[in-house]
Amino acid sequence: MNINSNNFQPNGPRPKHLTIGRIGMYCFIFMCALFFLMPLYVMIVTSLKDMDEIRSGNLLYIPKVLSFYAWPKAWSEACTGFVCEGLKPGLINSIKITVPSVIVSVSLGAINGYALAFWRFKGAYFFFGLCLFGAFIPYQVMVYPLLKIESAIGIYSSLPGIILVHTIFGMPILTLIFRNFYASLPIDLFKAARIDGGNFIKIFFYVIIPMSTPITIVAVILQVTGIWNDFLLGLVFAGRDNQPMTVQLNNIVQVDYGVAEYNVDMAATILTSLVPLFVYFISGRWFVRGIAAGAIKG
Amino acid sequence: MKNSVEVKNISFSYGKTEILNDLSLDIKEGEFMVLLGPSGCGKTTLLNCIAGLLDLTEGQIWIEDDNVTWKEPKDRHIGMVFQSYALYPSMTVEKNLSFGLRMMGTAKKIIDDKIEKAANLLQINELLKRKPSQLSGGQRQRVAIGRALVRDAKVFLFDEPLSNLDAKLRAELRYEIKKLHRDLSNTMIYVTHDQIEAMTLADRISVMKDGLIQQLDTPKQIYNKPANLFVAGFIGSPSMNFLNAKFDKTNQNLIIGKRHINISKYENINNLTDDQQVVFGIRPENIIIDKNENSILCKVELVEPMGADTLVWTSIEGTPISIRLEGSSNFNLNDEINISFDINKSSIFDSKTEERI
Repeated sequence: MNINSNNFQPNGPRPKHLTIGRIGMYCFIFMCALFFLMPLYVMIVTSLKDMDEIRSGNLLYIPKVLSFYAWPKAWSEACTGFVCEGLKPGLINSIKITVPSVIVSVSLGAINGYALAFWRFKGAYFFFGLCLFGAFIPYQVMVYPLLKIESAIGIYSSLPGIILVHTIFGMPILTLIFRNFYASLPIDLFKAARIDGGNFIKIFFYVIIPMSTPITIVAVILQVTGIWNDFLLGLVFAGRDNQPMTVQLNNIVQVDYGVAEYNVDMAATILTSLVPLFVYFISGRWFVRGIAAGAIKG
Repeated sequence: MKNSVEVKNISFSYGKTEILNDLSLDIKEGEFMVLLGPSGCGKTTLLNCIAGLLDLTEGQIWIEDDNVTWKEPKDRHIGMVFQSYALYPSMTVEKNLSFGLRMMGTAKKIIDDKIEKAANLLQINELLKRKPSQLSGGQRQRVAIGRALVRDAKVFLFDEPLSNLDAKLRAELRYEIKKLHRDLSNTMIYVTHDQIEAMTLADRISVMKDGLIQQLDTPKQIYNKPANLFVAGFIGSPSMNFLNAKFDKTNQNLIIGKRHINISKYENINNLTDDQQVVFGIRPENIIIDKNENSILCKVELVEPMGADTLVWTSIEGTPISIRLEGSSNFNLNDEINISFDINKSSIFDSKTEERI
């Protein structure tokens, strides 16, 4: 054999990229996607039908006549109990609850995690364990005691009341994710900052926070979706004037008298879930990054 | 000369695990002190205690005639360089350098001057606007050294600063650190497990094991007159050859199996007693290939050419022995050689106490 010619070709045919297994996998993924998108499809088409068409029972058909009647009604006219202003006030309330709750809970979670990861005080591990344990207690158990505490200090049934509740319930999981993220940072960084003259607060603000972007985004997504989707706590603690969108949605859907307007219900449900959906769409990339963290090694 | 750092009878333990026990160490003004030892010997713990990053269980630490035992790291006039560089990833090199000064509230003008000076000294002017992630390992470590420089530290602490670098860069930065010490003449305390770094940099080396200082002396003394078996085996590469032997006082011989080695020239021969069990230690370069009445006939078992040197392996009574020869020397497998020892440069240790005699 002539060694100098190009005889050293790989043996056999080039492996195919599209194999049977791969086609099967794509089919499976496609079916899964279809399965999970089906409810969303039903919601959208139903919200665009009028009641006559809905009653005819063809759930999966696209609307014969496009009707946008349901959307403005769900937004500003549907009755939530005694008032008929639609979901609009609920949206404002949900924003008023979610924004401060997310800011307060994420900030406190970050400080907690930072303290537990870097300033290991005596009993820090015990405290951390306690915090973790808190994440596993169903929060329904604590609703009544919390209600009594809040009414004793006079913030029950108010905006600060519900914000406090969301902050408390967010603490275990937020502390956990921040602590684990900070524990993955090199401890030398923190030592260097101490030698450079930072104290607890300064190191947190100048060194730690600028490095916390990925995990903060994860925490914000978790909290925004969690708090936005919350129903029970909002119903119990927010009070009549601050009922979040989810509670008002429930009031629209659960009618005791009159006709159930499915198209309005569907439109209202989609409106309510827009915020978490939006958050997922714009931040999916960050979410994956933050979950796979340890992400910032120098 | 005045002491710059005084470690007085300190103890440190993690929970119940004792790492340092009643350790004392004085470091002179302007001295380059290397703490050398295998991993887990407590050298980094000692450095962290001096830096104030760990709280002592007992004892005191004095820096520049000031009892700093309970002072914050920032109030100890120290600068520290870490193995992992520990640069703040979100800040540019310039901000990294100035962080300490900004924390102290130094005026901008003074900060700029100091950064310029340090950047010139370390040749990192070009890098000031970059982020640490855009630097190579060697550049990062320069910046980390710069961060200590800028703070006008009286004492520099180095925690294995070169261990993450490749061999070539390590040699380069080692040279630069030595030059830095020559030019600044600050007190420097340097932790390493690399004996070459220790030998080349140190004014004095403190060899540590299990939280205890085994020997504290100049590199030369430690190399030539190791205080015990551990130090002898740890320092030197290729390491010292050890042979178990018995002393025969009448003939002033060491008896190794059937072989006899005359050690009448050994400096402390009078401290040896008849029939004492000892370990005879000889460095590879102190073995001579030469035929005389004292020489031992051996066979070459392995040859390792290393360029400048050639290492020839043989054995005496089953114990492998390495001999360091010139790179040009030419030996083949199974060649017969006559070897003898430079007794003046050998070390003899007691078998039980492992101390040098």
